Amino acid sequence: MTQSMRVTYREALRQGLRDALLQDPRVFVMGEDVGRYGGTYAVTKGLLEEFGEERIRDTPLSESAFVGAGIGAALNGMRPIVEVMTVNFSFLALDQIVNNAATLRHMSGGQLSVPVVIRMTTGGGRQLAAQHSHSLEGWYAHVPGLRILTPATHEDARGMLLSAVLDPDPVLIFEHALLLNVEGDIDEQSHPVDIDRAAVRRSGRDVSLITYGGTLGKTLAAASALAQAGIDAEVLDLRTLRPLDTAAIVATVGKTRRAVIVDEGWRSGSISAEIMARINEHAFYDLDAPVARVCSEEVPLPYPQHLEEAALPQVDKIVHAARRVSAGRA
Amino acid sequence: MTALTPVEARQLLWQMTRIRRFEEKCIELYSAGKIRGFMHLYNGEEAIAAAVMPELRDDDNVLATYREHGHALARGVPANAVMAELFGKREGCSRGRGGSMHLFDVSRRFFGGNAIVAGALPMAAGFGLADRLRKQDHVTACFFGEGAVAEGNFHESANLAALWKLPVLFLCENNLYAMGTAIERSEADTDLCEKARSYRMRAEPVDGMGVLAVRDAARDAVDYVRRGNGPMFLELKTYRFRAHSMFDPELYRSKAEVDGWKKRCPIDRFRREGIAAGLFGAADLADIERRIDAEIEAAVAYAEAGTWEPVEQLTDDVYARRPVEDGSSR
Repeated sequence: MTQSMRVTYREALRQGLRDALLQDPRVFVMGEDVGRYGGTYAVTKGLLEEFGEERIRDTPLSESAFVGAGIGAALNGMRPIVEVMTVNFSFLALDQIVNNAATLRHMSGGQLSVPVVIRMTTGGGRQLAAQHSHSLEGWYAHVPGLRILTPATHEDARGMLLSAVLDPDPVLIFEHALLLNVEGDIDEQSHPVDIDRAAVRRSGRDVSLITYGGTLGKTLAAASALAQAGIDAEVLDLRTLRPLDTAAIVATVGKTRRAVIVDEGWRSGSISAEIMARINEHAFYDLDAPVARVCSEEVPLPYPQHLEEAALPQVDKIVHAARRVSAGRA
Repeated sequence: MTALTPVEARQLLWQMTRIRRFEEKCIELYSAGKIRGFMHLYNGEEAIAAAVMPELRDDDNVLATYREHGHALARGVPANAVMAELFGKREGCSRGRGGSMHLFDVSRRFFGGNAIVAGALPMAAGFGLADRLRKQDHVTACFFGEGAVAEGNFHESANLAALWKLPVLFLCENNLYAMGTAIERSEADTDLCEKARSYRMRAEPVDGMGVLAVRDAARDAVDYVRRGNGPMFLELKTYRFRAHSMFDPELYRSKAEVDGWKKRCPIDRFRREGIAAGLFGAADLADIERRIDAEIEAAVAYAEAGTWEPVEQLTDDVYARRPVEDGSSR
């Protein structure tokens, strides 16, 4: 019987890193300011003191070199966990991630394995403007060979790290910055979690709200508001954007016959577009209404609070979209 | 120069000649349509791979570029498997999936075959990091052209390797042209060793057309790196006799320049020197040619007899664990 404990999302991530470091001597952590500074977002605070400089490695501001070094170390028998400060900075290492990590197993005829974990923060809402706020996990989800994880709960924030380290393929973990201070419960015992399947976070009959990562909280809040208006929403947390759990998407749409996708990414060419396409391919005849989306507005995220709020998915927009989709319900 | 035995002399001459004959056969097969895609030949540069590889141990790591037929052969990847790979056959060293630019053989710790200029350098740092963390005395040998020195990845990786004293041997094959751009048209400072030294890395220029000069420099450098002194950089001054790839009309350099360099052919030169020194005679030369002819003929027959990977296996090896639901079935 396990006890649960109350932690912030940040602490859950840190606990996940500790679990991995304690379980496997091949695991080490590297990235900008993960050691002395204690982590840009304080996720790695205290790890340097606990595990030492060999395993908690501060790197120069050389995203391509240290992400590539993580890939090389993984090819050579280690289990590196690389921290990139934010998704926008990860583009400096895009070549290493897309041209090397994602391709090497297939291109080598199955000889190579790249068990690297690359973590980064994602998402807006902190008035950090257009080079620190975007949600581009959907871009990475385009690439075969990568696993894309978006932990939205505390249990996933911790458990996905261990699961990612155990996975033989490159895994990218996107941690929404607004979640870091949010409190929630996790088991005292460490354990890996399933990283193949989506999870229903709220069961409902009338409309499916499909989301992941940082917008799960807003989506659940929208579901509560909808309940007061007599609409019973189901909330599906995708958890993993690649491979995408198509069966879970089809199942929830088959049940409610209506769907709204909530995605902090831009709408054009996005993961929300992919989900709509899958619904179209697999569940077209189950639908009672066109599928709707709530995405970020198609602008670089602006600095002023009122404009940033207007650009991001918000509870009222989700409620509005769900009501529109539910209009004319039998 | 350290002592040279007749056995070693014959081995070096054989390896260089073997690579040359292999490349000449590739031209023929390319014209016949048996080999497709981009193909970059090593003619003129053979002394480097032929003389560096014997200085490495089986447990060392080798990373190379898209001009790597010679490196693969010299590292011990069987000519059969290389030729079958060029044909795209399942019996190739990458199961036919990589082709000319992506030769892999993990059993010989030959890790590609990278077609992004400087793309392997960050990974080489990671290989070195993994060995350092596990206290292994392995050397990671990373080959690249002088064009890579213009890439950020060179500078980031050189800095990281020097900062962390990683056991990486950077082998820069300076053939004076990055595709069609002469080095003086792309580098503000054409002294490449100076760039490496600016990262506090030991660096030496080497006559890449002299197989014994390469051997001596490589022997010293491998020993230096293996002893834990950190990385080292060798600039191997060489020239490619053929065009950049099979699609290059060679408008950027004169025939006189190419002919001038051909007079410095590393194979002709070593043959002359060896005969003069009594290291090999006419019978040895004939024997070398005979063995090479037989090996290449067998390799072509092996590749011809090879099989195509069944289309049903197209998506194998994208992930170690095949995704539960990837939506690609419809």
